[in-house]
Amino acid sequence: MPWRLLRFALNKKHPEPRMFTFHEKLKPSYDVVIIGGGGHGLSAAYYLAREHGITNVCVLEKGYIGGGNTGRNTTIIRSNYLTPEGVQFYDESVRLWQDLSEDFDLNLFYANRGHFTLAHTDSALRTMRWRAEVNKHYGVASEVVGPEVVKEAAPMIDITCAGHSPILGALYHAPGSVARHDAVAWGYGRGADQRGVEIHQQTEVLGIDVEGGKVKGVRTSKGYISTGKVLCAVAGSTPRILKMVDVKSPIYIHPLQAMVSEPVKPWLDPILVSGSLHVYISQSARGELVMGASLDPYELHGTRSTLDFVEGLTSHMLEMFPFLSNVKVMRQWAGMADMTPDFAPVMGKTPVDGFYLDSGWGTWGFKATPVCGKTMAHTIATDTAHPLITGFSLDRFRNYALTGEKGAASVGH
Amino acid sequence: MKIMTCPLNGPRPVSEFFYWGELRPMPNPATASDDAWADYVFNRNGAPGLKKEWWCHTPSNTWFIAERDTEKDVVLKTYFYEGDQ
Repeated sequence: MPWRLLRFALNKKHPEPRMFTFHEKLKPSYDVVIIGGGGHGLSAAYYLAREHGITNVCVLEKGYIGGGNTGRNTTIIRSNYLTPEGVQFYDESVRLWQDLSEDFDLNLFYANRGHFTLAHTDSALRTMRWRAEVNKHYGVASEVVGPEVVKEAAPMIDITCAGHSPILGALYHAPGSVARHDAVAWGYGRGADQRGVEIHQQTEVLGIDVEGGKVKGVRTSKGYISTGKVLCAVAGSTPRILKMVDVKSPIYIHPLQAMVSEPVKPWLDPILVSGSLHVYISQSARGELVMGASLDPYELHGTRSTLDFVEGLTSHMLEMFPFLSNVKVMRQWAGMADMTPDFAPVMGKTPVDGFYLDSGWGTWGFKATPVCGKTMAHTIATDTAHPLITGFSLDRFRNYALTGEKGAASVGH
Repeated sequence: MKIMTCPLNGPRPVSEFFYWGELRPMPNPATASDDAWADYVFNRNGAPGLKKEWWCHTPSNTWFIAERDTEKDVVLKTYFYEGDQ
């Protein structure tokens, strides 16, 4: 290390600034308490402070910031969904993503790569034409392309997939991107922190007091907080929190696993997804191949990972990219996905006054981080659901009015 | 959990089994209100805990009940369904 650099590092005049302020104690009351210090919770805190001037807010996080599904997803951002509600919502999110790095003054490594959803059957191709038409109608760049375009974008691919499930075409979505997921949580967290929001890590919610159908306060492992508004943004822990306020929901928890390979030289620019083979793959800025498959087949409230998953995923991956047989798997992990019957989220107000929900984000939550924060902040500040999320309310199930979002990730269709 | 005990075939790899959700009593569709029916159709007990679940050993198409801790992923016992107890 150059001597001058070391002298600079040891100089007390240039301390390395912390991302967040450390708060010793909780205040006795806040205007809004946000449960969950992941991307969604911190983003809501950020927009509450920035757009609505509500800064007497605390974010409670059981573990550490971004340690849940924010840090466990495969960082894919896209908006080529199937329902009008979904397309409009995710399109707003993609637009927010595009200038987030400047907004935060933090490099999110947002990389526009293009996104191919591969079709191996006629029926898959038909669904893709439908998706493309819905997307185009709402001004989202999306088109069906032939196998030759896939081959050109990813020359290493075996277009026949080992001969038994040839690629017939693909849905191409040019705005498809990847971003560094931890940085998203940190960026929102720092932005909220600078505007006066308190972030309390290692603080677990033990109970929520409800009186006369209204939220009164939150019991935590670091003391009691009285508040009239609580946002629950806890992904896989949502059913546990809903039990505290006695609200029923269709949300069920299955683990979703992912893995990365050792870093290799850049060879794969676009993001590739195959619903039939249950694989998706992209190459990170560090050269690792980030890979995922479909949900684990049964309910589980834990983040264990399995060898079955690696075996299943790699066998399909080798059908697409035979040359990867020499590449080692470096790491695997799991997150708890909060699934809904119609693959759309559950957002907005609940039967309990002052208790707001941002949940049901299953396997599709990361890409929605900015727009969730923005719409939930609006919902909390005005106590009225934001127009973009009215299709995602909890009472759609009681009214038999489901959204049917088959464009979600890791969903076979 | 990698091995599950089928009441008919004994211990088998879990990949041979199919999960069909928690055992839940069905209200009478002829008399249930719309709300009660919607509650049955959509709502689930999503919180972790000890649950009685439907499982099927797919090669032999054997349906049975498994009592499983959904937080620790431990199967406590498996047996044939004998009506709602």
